[in-house]
Amino acid sequence: MSDPTMTMVAAINATLAAEMERDERVVVFGEDVALSGGVFRATEGLLDQFGEDRIVDMPLAEAAILGAAAGLAAGGMVPVPEIQFLGFGYQAMHQLAGQIARFRYRTLGRFEMPITIRSPFGGGVRTPELHSDSLEGQLTNIAGLKVVTPSTAADAKGLLTEAIRDPDPVVFLEPLRGYRGVKGPVPQGEYRVPFGKARWATPGDDVTIITWSYQVEVAVRAARNLAQQGLSVGVLDLRTLVPLDIDEIVAAVERTGRVIVVEEAVPTGGFAAEVIATINEYAFWSLEAPPVRVSGFDTPYPVGQLEDTYVPDARRIEAAVHRLLEVRP
Amino acid sequence: MPTTLHNEDLIAMLCEMIKARVASDRLWSLQRQGRIGTIAPIDGQEATTVGATWALDPTTDWVIPQYREPLALGRFGPEVLNRFAAWALGHPEGGHIPEPVRVFPPQISLATQILHAVGLAWALKLRGEPGVVLVFFGDGSTSEGDFYEAGNLAGVLEVPVIFLCSNNQWAISTPTSKQTAAAGFASKAEAFGIPGVTVDGMDPLAVHEVVAAARDRALAGSGATLIEAVNYRLNAHTTADDPTRYVPEDELAEARERDPLVTFRRQLEARGIWDRHHQADAEQAAASAIDHAWNWATNLPLAQLDLFDHVFANPTPRQQRQRAALADHLGHESGGGAR
Repeated sequence: MSDPTMTMVAAINATLAAEMERDERVVVFGEDVALSGGVFRATEGLLDQFGEDRIVDMPLAEAAILGAAAGLAAGGMVPVPEIQFLGFGYQAMHQLAGQIARFRYRTLGRFEMPITIRSPFGGGVRTPELHSDSLEGQLTNIAGLKVVTPSTAADAKGLLTEAIRDPDPVVFLEPLRGYRGVKGPVPQGEYRVPFGKARWATPGDDVTIITWSYQVEVAVRAARNLAQQGLSVGVLDLRTLVPLDIDEIVAAVERTGRVIVVEEAVPTGGFAAEVIATINEYAFWSLEAPPVRVSGFDTPYPVGQLEDTYVPDARRIEAAVHRLLEVRP
Repeated sequence: MPTTLHNEDLIAMLCEMIKARVASDRLWSLQRQGRIGTIAPIDGQEATTVGATWALDPTTDWVIPQYREPLALGRFGPEVLNRFAAWALGHPEGGHIPEPVRVFPPQISLATQILHAVGLAWALKLRGEPGVVLVFFGDGSTSEGDFYEAGNLAGVLEVPVIFLCSNNQWAISTPTSKQTAAAGFASKAEAFGIPGVTVDGMDPLAVHEVVAAARDRALAGSGATLIEAVNYRLNAHTTADDPTRYVPEDELAEARERDPLVTFRRQLEARGIWDRHHQADAEQAAASAIDHAWNWATNLPLAQLDLFDHVFANPTPRQQRQRAALADHLGHESGGGAR
């Protein structure tokens, strides 16, 4: 029997149910997660199945959601809070960066924080302000957090399972466009994807595109278009930004010598810069051209009529590939 | 915990208050000698801390302090003071209060710990464990958003938490009149739908009584209580502060008349259970306690590569590379910290 096809949101929903079933310490909470099943329906049905002690509608206060998560974790629970949109997470950043991320460190391991913070992020669905920000670069700059960015329905299951069972805090970023825009086969039963192992979404020998989350989908589209022009472009899906699969990045550079890093976020100080710095540190002499970044811009995330200009699309990636191939060492 | 305190409890409470003051003075001196960093003295807040914790059962209840209270948490065992000495020294073990001591390490980011207390109390409730969580914070912390979010959440969830606002009148140099226009901090409980109580925080027995009542209430499943213990900061905010710039002299002199170490001692003397021999013994025991804590803390091993320990349960590849590079730079073996 082949694996059933699921949307990403369905895979997330099923995984939450499975983990709540497996471990009674798992408690899900956030704004509108219980009665309404979440604004994207990611937690639909969990209230009926598990009751109001296990899935809880919280007062509208992000710091309270994450601050309480820290206390719950210290008390032996496995909290799975939701921040309704990542841009709202700014109102909890002191609890996330100042508290959750440091609890294990500052108590030398007495208080583990096995917290999985789920949050939708990224653009493309014409939301109001602050709903679409890609803040993963800021999150990776917080020591003590793992940052997980699935791009497929199967990985959403495998990585969310891993996140909930991980003894450390994980920010699990779910692409808005991916909830229903990404569909694919999802292995049934126990399925875990280890952190720090990148995945080749498409193999290729001429150029490597390194990216994560929904931009994997976009980059694969670009690679497919370029294949029709006879170019072999690989897409490496990082899956997790912290921990980072440095070895696979280095191997990719050694194979193709030409690299594009794609991100939706503000580029200055962002994670694409981190990937390129990593390449420079460990694979510089394998480069045949300077690494290229395709990203958002150093502007706030724009309103709806400008977001297609802001968010990288296949055409921008394809143009970058052509420019990169023109460089001769 | 029995609400009634026996003579031996009163004696133990005064001993702990004296220990806190003596330890605080010693750390102050050590800072002036350049042997530790900034430290916050406890003068004036001993009665609040000791009175409150004597209403708790250390085997089931939790305390989440801010940064001043650990000096006076002997109710939860001597380990708290040992760790606080290490904390003052800047040793990583200072933040590690080991099991089974139900005390969190000091909190610097004010009011964040109030939400941790609500979450921890929520965990007790979900797990069906007996016990309450008592969280300390100051008058200044009540201006933080986390205070309101925590009070609101505790009201909604009906969790066994006691919010103890140790109102020492000063947030560094900012008086309570600039912190709030409300009649008092306890009045803010009304917005949370929980009881708010004001108590004389210079009187350990009064504090004990209201905390014991709040604890009974919490254990009965009736939820949270906000207590404002009104005391006075008799010393500087920290070793880095000069309160003569802003604390009115007459106000401070008046507050010194209510110094809990003096007033409570007189109470016990009047009861005939305390005299100058008790006082001398208590001061001697206090000096021994901080001596012991200091000796323990100064003899803790530490390797530079311990820097990387306990960020995650398992280090990331990036951390492993960084650690190896630092070890190489330091001329150490990268396999383990040379001690």
